[in-house]
Amino acid sequence: MNLVAENLSYKPDEQFHLNEVSFNFEKGNIYTILGRTLSGKTTLLKTIAGLLTPDTGAMQFEDKDFLKVPVWERNIAMVYQQFINYPHLNVFENVAFPLKQRKVDDKLINDEVTKSLKSVGLEGYETRKIQELSGGQQQRVSLARSLVKNAKILLLDEPLVNLDYKLREQLREEFKNIFSQGLSEDSIVVFSTTDPREAMEINGEVIVLDEGKVLQVGSAKEIFENPKTLKVAEISNDPPMNILKASIETNKIKFEEIEVELPNHLSNLKEKNFNLGIRASDIKLSDSGFEFEVELAEISGSETLLHLKRGNSRIIISIEEVLNFNIHDKVKISFNISKIYAFNENGVLSSSPFGGSYV
Amino acid sequence: MGKLYKFLKYFFITFWAVFVVAPFLWALTTSFKDFNSVNGGATYIPWVDFEPKLEGWRVLIKSPANGGVDIIEPYFNSLFVTCTASLISIVLGTLSAYALSRFTFKAGFVKNNDITFFFISQRIMPPIVLSIPFFLFLGAINLLDSLIGLIVVYIVLLMPIAVWIMVDFFNKVPREIDETALIDGCNPYQAFFKVVLPNSIPGLIVAGMFCIIFGWIDFFFAFILTFTEVQLLPVKIVALNSSITPWWSLSASALVSVAPLIIVAFIVERYLSKGNLSGAIK
Repeated sequence: MNLVAENLSYKPDEQFHLNEVSFNFEKGNIYTILGRTLSGKTTLLKTIAGLLTPDTGAMQFEDKDFLKVPVWERNIAMVYQQFINYPHLNVFENVAFPLKQRKVDDKLINDEVTKSLKSVGLEGYETRKIQELSGGQQQRVSLARSLVKNAKILLLDEPLVNLDYKLREQLREEFKNIFSQGLSEDSIVVFSTTDPREAMEINGEVIVLDEGKVLQVGSAKEIFENPKTLKVAEISNDPPMNILKASIETNKIKFEEIEVELPNHLSNLKEKNFNLGIRASDIKLSDSGFEFEVELAEISGSETLLHLKRGNSRIIISIEEVLNFNIHDKVKISFNISKIYAFNENGVLSSSPFGGSYV
Repeated sequence: MGKLYKFLKYFFITFWAVFVVAPFLWALTTSFKDFNSVNGGATYIPWVDFEPKLEGWRVLIKSPANGGVDIIEPYFNSLFVTCTASLISIVLGTLSAYALSRFTFKAGFVKNNDITFFFISQRIMPPIVLSIPFFLFLGAINLLDSLIGLIVVYIVLLMPIAVWIMVDFFNKVPREIDETALIDGCNPYQAFFKVVLPNSIPGLIVAGMFCIIFGWIDFFFAFILTFTEVQLLPVKIVALNSSITPWWSLSASALVSVAPLIIVAFIVERYLSKGNLSGAIK
């Protein structure tokens, strides 16, 4: 049986933490909840775990009313974004804790814990104290503890967010490995993240969440190619998709006194005015392009993010090399018009380069 | 500048140390004196200044009929009352503190913080304000002048200390640890006893020490609520402080009465210096 939720709502204060959330999670699949900070990701995971009870709604799992099952009987595992372990126990005891709680035979505990520690690359650390480990190692211990249980539902709440860049890359690779081999046909993995790239890499079904509301559900590819609304486009791209007010006049797109050719996939647009969306990576520096003013240049990893301004519009472009710019420098850029998205004035996708439309 | 600073620093530390230790030194030397040595003025070096005698210490274990000071019974009364009241306060206080730290209570306008304040407010009131209700209350249930009555009163006085320290301590233990324990298959009681409590031992020790100290040194309620049947040590020591009891026996009794606190102080100090208190939870 699937994990099915219907219209879960949770509103402890003025704001909805969950707003009519429904989903149908199938066993053997990975689900990624993508949303910004405070979008309700943790609330949703805690509701699945049973740590929170929603105000209204229903949840079923394996033919049981899941909301009536107490947390400790749900057979779930959860990894938090903070590194949560039991400080009074050593690494081995931490991982063994859930099995001991189930009164599993000592011999079996030994085997399972060893196996689990091996899968997260922590062999030889059994007798270490938690406080002696680095953040990445602590997070591996909690991952090992959640894997050892063979839980039916594995919840990962932004497990990589508090790690430094290098560790994050490394652990993300390991996650993918663990998901691809170790995952049984019998379990559901729910992974939450704020990072669209992470969502794309995990490559499961993506649920885009904002202010407690599900904005779009689909494969990572589908969300990337055809974001349903402006909000989704913003959340599912890092840096967020650039949005510009534009209008169509005689086969040209006009915005900020710039005119570009109307690409084929936009030729059927009905409205004159629309929101033009274009990814940072689809804008290039080009001497024959349009002049913008540099507001800020950030170097992140091996790329440079340029925050540019023209008139009332601000855009971000990403350049695949490290370049130095001064504030107020003038740069010329050109737009890859075949990658332009159009959203209508209500913010709903009306045309995408991949052929999607929700109007 | 550096030298002067260092000199002043050590000068004041030494001065303060002497200031604190002097009364103890005075009591310690006096306890080994007899009539002649006491009358010989303030002398501190045994065998040089005065001839040490054990008379002061002997009277502690002598029966009153033989001229003893009779502090053995009050001593054990005090031990019993303090330990029992501290233990019950720690148990109840820890449970209440956990509840106050983790669950949300609401009864009309009364919320968690108000309940915590209610506990602490027991200590804000001057003892004299509480003494009359306590006296009437214990009188009504026939527990005046009894060990049980004193234990009840001390629980009222000590539990706020335990609650206060432990609420603060539990608030610093991440809630996610409890949640993880629940997820790992513990029911709420198991989560508390198997996970939260073992991580709170430093807090428990500090709370316990404070309870013992405040219970042990209380004179006021021990004085008001007992008459003839039961006597606690602080009351007894003060009662000894009369013209009949010689100074050497008085000094010896006083030293014996502070001995448990000195032991407690060393234990706490040891815990503090090991860093067990601050570094327990990151």
